[in-house]
Amino acid sequence: MKILVKNARIIEPSENIDQVADILIVDGIIEKIAPKIAASGNVQEYVLDGKIVAPGFIDMHVHLREPGYEHKETIETGLDAAAAGGFTAVCCMPNTNPPIDDASVVKFIREKSEKTLNGLVDVYPVAAATKHREGKELSPMIELVEAGAVAFSDDGSPIENPEIMRRALEYSNMLGKIIIQHPEDRSLARGGMMNEGLVSTSLGLPPIPSIAEEIMIDRDIQIAKYVGASYHAAHISTAGSVEIIRQAKKKNLPVTCEVTPHHFTLTDEAVRTFDTNTKMNPPLRTKADVDAIKEGLRDGTIDVIASDHAPHSFDEKEVEFLEAPFGIVGLETAVGLAITELVIPKILSINQLIEKFSINPRKILSLPSVKIKVGEKTNFTILDIQKQWKVDAQKFKSKSKNTPFDGRTLIGKCFAIINNGRVHFSD
Amino acid sequence: MPLQSRHLLGLEGVSRDDIQLVLDTATNFREVLERPIKKVPTLQGKTIVNLFFESSTRTRISFELAERRLSADVVNFSVAGSSVAKGETLKDTARNIEAMKIDMVVVRHSSPGAALFLSRVMNANIINAGDGTHEHPTQALLDMYTIREKFGKLEGLNVCIVGDISHSRVALSNIYGMQTMGANVSVCGPTTLIPKDIKKLGVKVYHNIDDAIRDADILNVLRIQLERQDRSFLPSTREYHNYFGITKERLSKSKKPITIMHPGPINRDVEISADVADGEQSVILQQVLNGVAVRMAVLYLLGTGN
Repeated sequence: MKILVKNARIIEPSENIDQVADILIVDGIIEKIAPKIAASGNVQEYVLDGKIVAPGFIDMHVHLREPGYEHKETIETGLDAAAAGGFTAVCCMPNTNPPIDDASVVKFIREKSEKTLNGLVDVYPVAAATKHREGKELSPMIELVEAGAVAFSDDGSPIENPEIMRRALEYSNMLGKIIIQHPEDRSLARGGMMNEGLVSTSLGLPPIPSIAEEIMIDRDIQIAKYVGASYHAAHISTAGSVEIIRQAKKKNLPVTCEVTPHHFTLTDEAVRTFDTNTKMNPPLRTKADVDAIKEGLRDGTIDVIASDHAPHSFDEKEVEFLEAPFGIVGLETAVGLAITELVIPKILSINQLIEKFSINPRKILSLPSVKIKVGEKTNFTILDIQKQWKVDAQKFKSKSKNTPFDGRTLIGKCFAIINNGRVHFSD
Repeated sequence: MPLQSRHLLGLEGVSRDDIQLVLDTATNFREVLERPIKKVPTLQGKTIVNLFFESSTRTRISFELAERRLSADVVNFSVAGSSVAKGETLKDTARNIEAMKIDMVVVRHSSPGAALFLSRVMNANIINAGDGTHEHPTQALLDMYTIREKFGKLEGLNVCIVGDISHSRVALSNIYGMQTMGANVSVCGPTTLIPKDIKKLGVKVYHNIDDAIRDADILNVLRIQLERQDRSFLPSTREYHNYFGITKERLSKSKKPITIMHPGPINRDVEISADVADGEQSVILQQVLNGVAVRMAVLYLLGTGN
């Protein structure tokens, strides 16, 4: 099968390419890139009018909820949402039921995702670092890697015990895999519902201090340094965390991190509505934190943008604030928010955006690199960075609609993705 | 003139005119409470549900008395024996009760924002009788009423709230309401019980009770919640009493008499000594009496408004 993509603005930061050209794809492989390619024979033709063709985006922090919580999301609806949001790949987190702490669960997820949308979206399971995600005994990591796990995390729960963290880092490092930590000191954060500060004081909501996150990252970096293993901090949210990681990187320590779109878009002021879609963990922080995160993205301290897509059903969120579960969906708004909040205000260039959504996460996870180059497998995210659109949660492909961004106008959207020989349009 | 909102969810953002209206209306009902027959037909035919998801004695009784004295039909709902214990959501409970055609809901709940939540899912008028550690607006209104009764005004008075500010719903409502009415509000307590950034609300913070007493016209003394001791907020209640407790000896150092308030229930000889609680500067029982009149005013204004 032949696909001809015409008039595409190809951006390939790793090859330093930014050019308008046509791309001919034959059986999923890039056959030719040239200024003008004439259609010949039986070929599907797509004219892009200068839309950006980038190496396929990956969201390295997604909760697909299956197995166990299919009322929130299934592999099918989650991957549909990923494709609509512009992701050709996702990493799914292990806080399923049963958790991904056994090879059979990895296999189940892989088999099911390969059947979804004809394998359009690649799924890379992140397995639990410890059995039952309890932070007590290591999971069978070798077996999990053989089944297809790409990293380890007890996500949702921090690995609290420093000795267990040490062992997890040592053992996973032997396998060339990283530990992704949900950085939170639970004794400091206990019972907390939102960021500690003026807003929590004004609302009487139990607070989560910024130091709960920072202390854990600080400690973990010491352990990672000591054992010489790679460590990735998930969804960092505070100015202090950015600074701790900045200093660690200056010392060339093997530390990376990610941030979510909501943590660079919203502040804890949003919680004043008591809208349970402003309740997430880590919580929304202050303007100073948002500014520090933007600076961290700009200067490269923050490697990755990941959505922490956390679907919850309408009924689960339609409760009093203390009872509501933490988290919001993010797959279908991540790219739009990043372009609106970071690219339009010139905090990030398009190249940097592509690095944070595609190149860096693959590098951190040691996944096969994706390149727009003759002879390479086709794996594209196609962006319309001018498109103005309004978020309509009811139209989400995700089974859950729990977003604080419903009704918000964004600039920039995924137009289509091409992966595994399939073209998929977002609208 | 009706109130600007059809609910009373908190005092944050409530206008001076509205607070004034409640206090003035309460003056009329206060007079009713002195009559041999303490009942008026104002809310006859209205049905009010007292939804109490947390235990409460005085607030619930105070509301119920206020409701009955306005001739409303009253239904009490408390957690024990309710469907909540069987796992029903707050929204389902609320809508089931509403389906029985009720007009007003008085709600006490452990979650901040619970009253606001009910106002979004119900059509009834909602009155917040305490939502977690957020607000308790009728308590602050009765506190203001009591102060105004004694001093004739609120403006320019120095009110210090003493004790566990972090876990108090009374403190925030006091701060919001009294600041709107022109009082100078401060707080006093150990650092572990003062929430972060409270100064940004325009509140002066004391950690020395003698300094607080020196500057205050009124002390609003909060209960030290013994049940929170598992989280190390205080070394001991004995130490608290010795360094923050309101005693006759401490008060005697002040040049002027200081009015003593307490929202109850009192831990005698923890946050306040018995002789102060029962002393002549104490208006604690007036607060309780005024509470009924203030709640009658709130129910009347909301129940007969739009």
